[in-house]
Amino acid sequence: MTIETGRRSGVGESVLRPDGTLKVTGEFAYASDLWLDGMLWGATLRSPHPSAWIRSVDIGPALAMPGVFAALTHRNVPGEKSYGLEHRDQPVLAVDEVRYQGEPVALVAADHPETARRAAAAIVVEYEPREAVVDPMRAAFDPDCPAVHPNGNLVRHQPVRVGDVGAAATGAEVVVTGEYEVGMQDQAFLGPESGLAVPAEDGGVDLYIATQWLHVDRDQIAPCLGLPPGKVRLSLAGVGGAFGAREDLSMQIHASMLALRTGRPVKMVYGREESFLGHVHRHPARMRYEHGATLDGRLVYVKAEIVLDGGAYRSSTPAVVGNAASLGVGPYEVADIEIDAYGVYTNNPPCGAMRGFGAVQACYAYESQMDRLAEACGLSPVEIRTRNAVSQGSRIATGQLIDTPAPLAEMLAEIAAMPLPEPVAVQADLRLLPGGVSQTTHGEGVRRGVGYAVGLKNICFSEGFDDYSTAQVRLESLAGEPHVLVHTAAAEVGQGLVTVQAQIARTELGVDRVTVAPADTTVGSAGSSSASRQSYVTGGAVKTACEAVRQRLDAMRAEHPGLSLDELLERFGPIEETREYRHRPTVPMDPVTGQGDTHTQLALCVHRAVVDVDVELGLVKVVELAAVQDVGKILNPLALEGQIHGGSAQGLGLALMEEIQVRDGRVLNPSFTDYLIPTILDMPPMRLSILENPDPHAPYGLRGAGEPPTLSSTPAVAAAVRAATGLPLTRVPIRPEDIALTPASIS
Amino acid sequence: MNHPITLTVNGVVREATVPARRLLSDCLRHDLGLTGTHVGCEHGVCGACTVLLDGEPVRSCLMFAATADGHEITTVEGLAAADGTLSPAQRAFAECHGLQCGFCTPGFLCTVTAFLRENAAPTDEEVVEAISGNLCRCTGYQNIIKAVHRAAELQAETRADKEEGAR
Ligand code: FES
Ligand code: FES
Repeated sequence: MTIETGRRSGVGESVLRPDGTLKVTGEFAYASDLWLDGMLWGATLRSPHPSAWIRSVDIGPALAMPGVFAALTHRNVPGEKSYGLEHRDQPVLAVDEVRYQGEPVALVAADHPETARRAAAAIVVEYEPREAVVDPMRAAFDPDCPAVHPNGNLVRHQPVRVGDVGAAATGAEVVVTGEYEVGMQDQAFLGPESGLAVPAEDGGVDLYIATQWLHVDRDQIAPCLGLPPGKVRLSLAGVGGAFGAREDLSMQIHASMLALRTGRPVKMVYGREESFLGHVHRHPARMRYEHGATLDGRLVYVKAEIVLDGGAYRSSTPAVVGNAASLGVGPYEVADIEIDAYGVYTNNPPCGAMRGFGAVQACYAYESQMDRLAEACGLSPVEIRTRNAVSQGSRIATGQLIDTPAPLAEMLAEIAAMPLPEPVAVQADLRLLPGGVSQTTHGEGVRRGVGYAVGLKNICFSEGFDDYSTAQVRLESLAGEPHVLVHTAAAEVGQGLVTVQAQIARTELGVDRVTVAPADTTVGSAGSSSASRQSYVTGGAVKTACEAVRQRLDAMRAEHPGLSLDELLERFGPIEETREYRHRPTVPMDPVTGQGDTHTQLALCVHRAVVDVDVELGLVKVVELAAVQDVGKILNPLALEGQIHGGSAQGLGLALMEEIQVRDGRVLNPSFTDYLIPTILDMPPMRLSILENPDPHAPYGLRGAGEPPTLSSTPAVAAAVRAATGLPLTRVPIRPEDIALTPASIS
Repeated sequence: MNHPITLTVNGVVREATVPARRLLSDCLRHDLGLTGTHVGCEHGVCGACTVLLDGEPVRSCLMFAATADGHEITTVEGLAAADGTLSPAQRAFAECHGLQCGFCTPGFLCTVTAFLRENAAPTDEEVVEAISGNLCRCTGYQNIIKAVHRAAELQAETRADKEEGAR
């Protein structure tokens, strides 16, 4: 059978989301909407201290309250006391000490959410606060720094060594150095953490949960409950966005413990403040870069030190460090490289996965450096990047060969050729000026700036991880028509994966009617909805399972040439196949040199930002954001554009407004009043150009698309603000005071 | 102290007995089981909880249920026609990919429904201003703007059809 790619509602079409109707009618059940008669509500008591000994916990006052069914501490954890994504270092409930503000200490179940909250607050905990480790540089390099964990504060140090930077430095005609800082960004999905745990008759638990990865949740939950994995069954409830924050557990074990203890269903829903304290954030970073080049702007060497603050627990810090190190020079050809990337423990909030995963921080720094270099060499930002751009056949910092298309120079040329928006006239409509209607100067101090940036992101899990997905595909006759049922455990978090799975099945099997079954753990793991990997890996699994179904169908057709598809299915019954799909294997980074083919796929995105800055008020308005991205093959144009828009908006947020402010280990702004995310007034119109240079190793030639736009939009916006102000702006987010209150702007 | 209240929600008279400080959002979601109204921030910033109170958009997380006593409320569940036909705004958001996770969508739909009643053919600037109080974390807003314009078109078509039918 040949594949008709033009199939109606198949691969390549702007097929509408099957969940779209339910989402516009209010019927789509998010995890926070679940309801069972007789269910109890769980609440969590969290540490107010970033670092303290726990001298005693008295749950008596909570238990004495009417309506309270259980109050639990670490003593009630039935199995393993700790969990973790890569390493089990995070207590289910604090044992004798707390290592960050917000660490869960005790749990309550009650018949009303308000009662549960009050009861949790009534628990008496005696803390003995101690010195908190809050400076990541000290945690990394000061041998006298107190240790957050017994084995010290270093989570991972990953060097990259290529050539001889010392020798190369003598040949460099231009050297630029810079120190850069990235603040702590929050994923700020709109639907806070929630789940419903239902005790089962077999002593196990059924958990309905908003998550990114059902199976790795299960594999962390079951040991802590002292249950075999088979007795912990997870189903995906409606997910209100994820962006990495749901890769780690939140209340999964807590709700299950309360349900098993009380014998009743238990629901937990975090409020916004608890959400800020209850999930990992993007690692804040301190970075020092040195770029050497020839006078005509060709890179000779790059030296970098990157320190990522992992906070109190390990989460995915090791992998984030690996990304920062391996992608640390970006998509540029450099002969001599010396990178040291560190991830450290502190008593700051734990950090882990967020869209862009370690590549975001490095990208901001190396792109800032490229602009400095451009200036030092008297070249334009586009020219300096073009001169050093990788292409197919280049090697990245790890020595890995780029063996698929990487047309960075062409992408830069394309974005540079896009028309620029018209300048806004002084005395223009206030709403068009930075600050909008709160503008007080009528724009006399408004300056325009244009900035460019490029980013390099790995797609799928790297460094030797066994990264696979499983799909079950069933072709059957329903009501006299062929129908396909696709079942995977892959989490639809809003990105549109359910749509893509159905498109693939339609294309592969030539059947219009396709249903994607709800994701749960009754089918094999699909891996995580992260690393821009699901179209690739789960898409690949669905495609492979469909091919297996097709093979059997072809054999049946050969035997019974006279029968129609429906007659075949009626006579011989459904055809069902389950397949696992793996991408090309990768290897860990060499611990000393960082070398190795550690990534499966590399993706490029390029941004141009145009901003108006009121240099007197420190206000920035992004006037336009343009992006060029190579996605290999467009599976669904409409959904893809949505990913690029959304990813770019999050990068813009990091550039200009988004930061969890932490002082002495305490979060100062855990609310949407004080943690700002872009509104529609902050987000300019976007101009997109999407290229399709296929990667022959990936299904349909596709390239993961969700993350790359989050990398380059931050440095592009920062560069534009620099161009408008002439200020160095070495830290994101750029705050109004960084522009308006600098010595240069005051004088 | 509990208060008996009567609300007309989506055209149906509903009664509930609520404590004085029960938020309208909690009353709708928990007492009346209408979970389409979402709570994203609990203090009036994100707009996900927007409902129509006597036709005007309000943030149900900022209002006590008791204050709404005697009023008419439309939630996202009440936007479609009685026969299930989607409203212009609902159709447009689904068709234009104006949603991803969809958590913000009910709030946008209520805001946009009221807006398009006042302004049937808005400009880009007017659209942006109208929805600037609703946060969306997924879409970058581009397709939401398209969806609002499309909703205006659909609304005009529906009206034209109705007039046609009336003739
Ligand atoms: S929940 Fe009401 S505005 Fe956010
Ligand atoms: S679609 Fe997810 S918040 Fe708007």
